[in-house]
Amino acid sequence: MATIFIDNIPYQVQDGQNLLSACLSLGFNIPYFCWHPAMHAVGACRMCAVKQFRDENDTRGSIVMSCMTPATDGTRISIEDDDVREFRAGVIEFLMINHPHDCPVCDEGGECHLQDMTVMSGHVYRRYRFKKRTYLNQNLGPFINHEMNRCIQCYRCVRFYRDYCGGRDFNVFGAHERIYFGRCADGTLENEFSGNLVEVCPTGVFTDKTLRKHYTRKWDLQTAPSVCPHCGLGCNTIVGERYGSVRRILNRYNHEVNGYFLCDRGRFGYEFVNGSNRVLQPIIRDSSNNSKNSNQPVQETEVLEHLAKIWRSSKGIIGLGSPRATLEANFSLRSLVGPENFYLGMSEPESKMISRIIQVLRSGPVHSPSLREVELCDAVLILGEDVTNSAPRLALSLRQSVRQKSMEIADRLKIPRWADAAVRQAVQSKKGPLFILSPFATKLDDIATETLRIDPNDIARFGFQVAHEINHEAPEVADLQPNLKELAIRIAAALKQASMPLVVSGTGSGTLSVINAAANVAWALSDKGEKAGLFYTVPECNSLGLGLMGGGSLRECFEKVNSDSVDTLVILENDLYRRAPAEMVESILRKCKHTIVIDHLFSKTIQKAEVVFPCGTFAETTGSFVNSEGRVQRLYRAMPETGEILESHNWILEIIKTVKPDATDHLLNIDSICESITREFSIFKPLLELAPSSQFRAIGQKIPRQSHRFSGRTSMSANISVHEPKPPDDSESPLSFSMEGYPGIPPSSLIQRFWAPGWNSGQSVNKFQSEINGPLLGGDPGKRLIEPSTGNKWNYFSDIPEANGHRDKEWLALPKFHIFGSEELSRFGASISERAPKPYVGISSQDADLLDKKEGEKVSLVIDNVLLNLPAHIINSLPRGVIALPVGISNLDGIELPAWARIVENSNG
Amino acid sequence: MLDLLKGIWTVFKHSFRKRETVLFPEEKPNRPPRWRGRIILSRDPDGQERCVACYLCAAACPVDCIALQATQDEHGRRYPAFFRINFSRCIFCGFCEEACPTYAIQLTNDFEMSEYYRPNFVYEKEHLLINGPGKYHDYNFYRVAGISIGGKGKGESENESLPVDIYSLKP
Ligand code: SF4
Ligand code: SF4
Ligand code: SF4
Ligand code: SF4
Ligand code: FES
Repeated sequence: MATIFIDNIPYQVQDGQNLLSACLSLGFNIPYFCWHPAMHAVGACRMCAVKQFRDENDTRGSIVMSCMTPATDGTRISIEDDDVREFRAGVIEFLMINHPHDCPVCDEGGECHLQDMTVMSGHVYRRYRFKKRTYLNQNLGPFINHEMNRCIQCYRCVRFYRDYCGGRDFNVFGAHERIYFGRCADGTLENEFSGNLVEVCPTGVFTDKTLRKHYTRKWDLQTAPSVCPHCGLGCNTIVGERYGSVRRILNRYNHEVNGYFLCDRGRFGYEFVNGSNRVLQPIIRDSSNNSKNSNQPVQETEVLEHLAKIWRSSKGIIGLGSPRATLEANFSLRSLVGPENFYLGMSEPESKMISRIIQVLRSGPVHSPSLREVELCDAVLILGEDVTNSAPRLALSLRQSVRQKSMEIADRLKIPRWADAAVRQAVQSKKGPLFILSPFATKLDDIATETLRIDPNDIARFGFQVAHEINHEAPEVADLQPNLKELAIRIAAALKQASMPLVVSGTGSGTLSVINAAANVAWALSDKGEKAGLFYTVPECNSLGLGLMGGGSLRECFEKVNSDSVDTLVILENDLYRRAPAEMVESILRKCKHTIVIDHLFSKTIQKAEVVFPCGTFAETTGSFVNSEGRVQRLYRAMPETGEILESHNWILEIIKTVKPDATDHLLNIDSICESITREFSIFKPLLELAPSSQFRAIGQKIPRQSHRFSGRTSMSANISVHEPKPPDDSESPLSFSMEGYPGIPPSSLIQRFWAPGWNSGQSVNKFQSEINGPLLGGDPGKRLIEPSTGNKWNYFSDIPEANGHRDKEWLALPKFHIFGSEELSRFGASISERAPKPYVGISSQDADLLDKKEGEKVSLVIDNVLLNLPAHIINSLPRGVIALPVGISNLDGIELPAWARIVENSNG
Repeated sequence: MLDLLKGIWTVFKHSFRKRETVLFPEEKPNRPPRWRGRIILSRDPDGQERCVACYLCAAACPVDCIALQATQDEHGRRYPAFFRINFSRCIFCGFCEEACPTYAIQLTNDFEMSEYYRPNFVYEKEHLLINGPGKYHDYNFYRVAGISIGGKGKGESENESLPVDIYSLKP
């Protein structure tokens, strides 16, 4: 702790920060542009000036940049001094000289850091009468809009894009007063985190292009805290709604999880919510008259009556859960059909991998780190996971972790870590150890120490060997090639040397033994007394939650249906065609007399269902997800209930009420569902403290989803009726669909927007943090469910797989994930689908020569008796004998990979 | 007692004063130009819609009776897709006019608004938009703003120099 004097009043602050973050932590307002809490200080904008005094006798003082000055013990500064106020007013006046007269048509307006800082520094009237500089804009693709005139040359964008994210296709160009921030030429920004420019840029140069299609000001959005549904990491988001559609997603700071940044899939993947293939009404399909597509929209009561009929006549009912539905929905379904009839709606290999991951994390001694902890790890081994495409935000954290080791160089030179430019000068391109084992090139290869391109079985075998090299108690792989053995020794040494080694793996390779191997490496490290971390990525937002709840696998479910003891299937938010081969799904659906689906998008499964209940998407759902770290997090609906759409769990509660009128006493609403969950599963105990109950009131008031400036209340629905409707009730949460309510900072799990007086932009997050870059006031939302066991006995996995080897005329087909396109929901959004690849089969260049195929030529291949005819895409990094198929892209759904594929000759059609 | 008589005397005196009351509707009252009556949306001197759908009037409105949705044409000119004022809620405070950065929304001196049927007070854009610039004749926001629109490229607004050549090496 250090004592600093601000305008002669002493304050205690943490050591090792700069004055700017110290003052902001204390709640002072100092204007700034180039400093960013995650990217630290470069001193480029000169906006954060304060006056520093040598000692108490110094009355003249000198003006310094607070972001470039350490807050050491005894520092004396003045923020309010006249000279320094004048200085800041001068700086902002200069910055505004060329600023266009754009605010009314600028998408940043109303949440513009430049507006806020201009007002804060007291610059009101324009004195400059000469010509303004202008720029031409670029088309930066479907996500980001570019308006260069508004730039104030703070350099945040380029520091974020290049230094923080490792992007290469964006830079600063020009000289003198012609500085330009953009790409070499028009074109889509390639980096997976480009969307953060919207929040990083303090002005309206980069704005959200998807928001522009239905532009709404920040103050007019009805917002609620949510959790990203597009991968297993569970980044915290804010969903904004207006006139019944979702308008945009913003980052919601969570110190432990996503910090200040989201990936582009999370930010722009929301468009499916407003898409045209939403199910809007209950449907009953008459199975007796077989006229195709007799989609018959019906009323809620009718469909429930129909369901009651089915219930009475059926001989057995099975419920299929979903890794993309909330815990509450899955649990209600489980209560509806009974635990013995509840099955996990995950594909067979996936459910095996998920339960193995849970077993490893629960019984083993190694901690599963949060994304923040990942950034602190100083040596990383990635086994078989293409992180950027399967768990994107993790890739960004890994980019920071390779800097940990090299930071020591700066420490030795006594450069404070927050002096970003100086640190990067000192460190140059030196990076800490990162080893990537993957069948093909990944986006992180540019920061890797070494990479190895082998197929998943070989990755597992190699992993086992690394574990053995770390700790000889772990089993050894007998017949490994000598060069690989050497590499294993090198990696083992690097991991052992690190103070916080990390092993990353997951379900992306589709191979169970890779998960075992990763566990062995992490356990071996921990056995040696290292403080190791083990990060498994999981495919969906609630994979781990569903896994923890447990249930039969999909194959077991199919067996049960085939055994004829069951004739009714209740499917929760699930498209079975993505989970199992089409043929198998079809035979099962044919076998079942009644198929009931609760889902929000028209999927292939819905086309086959007899009864369809339209449920809410993540934006219309209150519930909980468990992320890959084992952290349970609460999301709240941003939109009120519309028409016939209910949350999944509420449909199921309605169904329970209809079919079992006697058993409703314990499941009434989300609170009672949560209570039942904790009664049944002790691991979900923290669910009760996860967030305030629906009865919570802040000083007697609900937390308003609408801002105090929300407009149009007496007019937005006046075209339908001039009588304003009563605000919709929300009985499931302490949030209200209204402007009225508690105006202060709500409990951290209920933060629905970042705003503070004078701080309209997202930068106001500093008012919500306990200190800069620290947890939110009152602690971060979310609760960890899984902690490593200390007492338990665990054993190394010893089932080392055989090498796949080469087969004559057969190729090993591996799954390849794509950040845009592989995920089930986001791919239906317009902007994401624009970025998604077309179906292809990836083959190595040698194999392409062998087969005499060129890029784009059709290749016919047979996997599991399914014939695929796909254009060839040559991936140079693939090893020979291996082909890659994009996951989740069009007709490739449901194929279980890895699998052996036969390439059928002679098909140039 | 004396006060009471004074009061009566004052009332008596007033019965000989000039009448303020006019015989409406035969006789129209005099309204100063800044009268705050029925709201209109005006056009700029080029005859284009002035409103740029910035939402400021809606935010300023104390009774929240303005609702709109922004959209833009293929050249980037922003305008409201719909613009609705519920005059049965409007209190004619004029805050919208004060907030408007483009002089688009203006209060006129028409106060003759009475309806038997409340929904008739809901005015959409086609009811609000007039064919002229209203009280402010010259201002054209898009001539001043930096964004480009159809017919005006970068650097062609008032007081702007042409777009910089970022490849230039001149000092
Ligand atoms: S960047 Fe900010 S100050 Fe500049 S035009 Fe946009 S809203 Fe206005
Ligand atoms: S584009 Fe934005 S972030 Fe980049 S330098 Fe300009 S103002 Fe700063
Ligand atoms: S990393 Fe995953 S959870 Fe985070 S924003 Fe991206 S898709 Fe969503
Ligand atoms: S303030 Fe003016 S420009 Fe803005 S939305 Fe209202 S009428 Fe249109
Ligand atoms: S914030 Fe300190 S100089 Fe920019």
